[in-house]
Amino acid sequence: MTPNQLMFAIFSAVIIIFSILTVTSRRILRAAIFLLFVLVATGGLYFLLRFNYLAAIQLTLYAGGIVVMIIFSILLTSHIAEKLEAPGLKKIIPAFFAAAGGALITIATILQHKFPTEVISGSERTDIRLIAKSLISTEKFGYALPFEVISILLLAAMVGAIILAKKRKD
Amino acid sequence: MFEGVPLTWFLITGTIMFFVGIYGFLVRKNLITILMSTELILNSVNINFVAFNKILYPDHLEGMFFSIFIIAVAAAEASVAIAIIINIYRRLVDINVEKMNEMKY
Repeated sequence: MTPNQLMFAIFSAVIIIFSILTVTSRRILRAAIFLLFVLVATGGLYFLLRFNYLAAIQLTLYAGGIVVMIIFSILLTSHIAEKLEAPGLKKIIPAFFAAAGGALITIATILQHKFPTEVISGSERTDIRLIAKSLISTEKFGYALPFEVISILLLAAMVGAIILAKKRKD
Repeated sequence: MFEGVPLTWFLITGTIMFFVGIYGFLVRKNLITILMSTELILNSVNINFVAFNKILYPDHLEGMFFSIFIIAVAAAEASVAIAIIINIYRRLVDINVEKMNEMKY
């Protein structure tokens, strides 16, 4: 087993175990911390694939920003010691079969498909200058338009969040 | 194949994470845990994009840009969702989805 395979096995085991714990844990704050582990392990997979910039975004924005926001909202809306009521069997069984069936069909399809197995050599590490140039380029493989659209979306989300969470004077 | 790790391993990890997210989305009742399941689903899609990008087309960067945009959309979605959840909590003092039949103003 090569070191890369070992690292992949560790990261994917952490992802699978903690994502299952995230959706089954009955203490909501613990579920948020398990989600943090899943997101950090995903950042590790990005590092393994040599996407350093994307891994940094994952760690700062997802693991840093979104999880902290979720934890804050948990502290605002529920008591720490409180345990969530366990979902009834009537709900668990259909959901489990839907999820397991979908997963089985997808994994069977993935295993049947013949992906090209030869190693395609490419650039070892993505250059940060290339990323920055593609984000503002309007030529082929340029992402100027999505970049502008996403900035408008972020602005709209910010205004919407402020207006929604603002105290009303009525 | 990426330095000994086949593409299918990444895809299987992403698939399991996606369907665990679906399970949580169907089973959970608290709004914040439903939001966390949505984050799992979005994150599993990112793994697929990045693995396809690196292993099948290492000279391009499309998968990475799609992942960046998905992360941005997820951040926007989470902020608006949490604002809505806090607003609901202020009105109803509970964030159980089964009591959420009074959202009409």
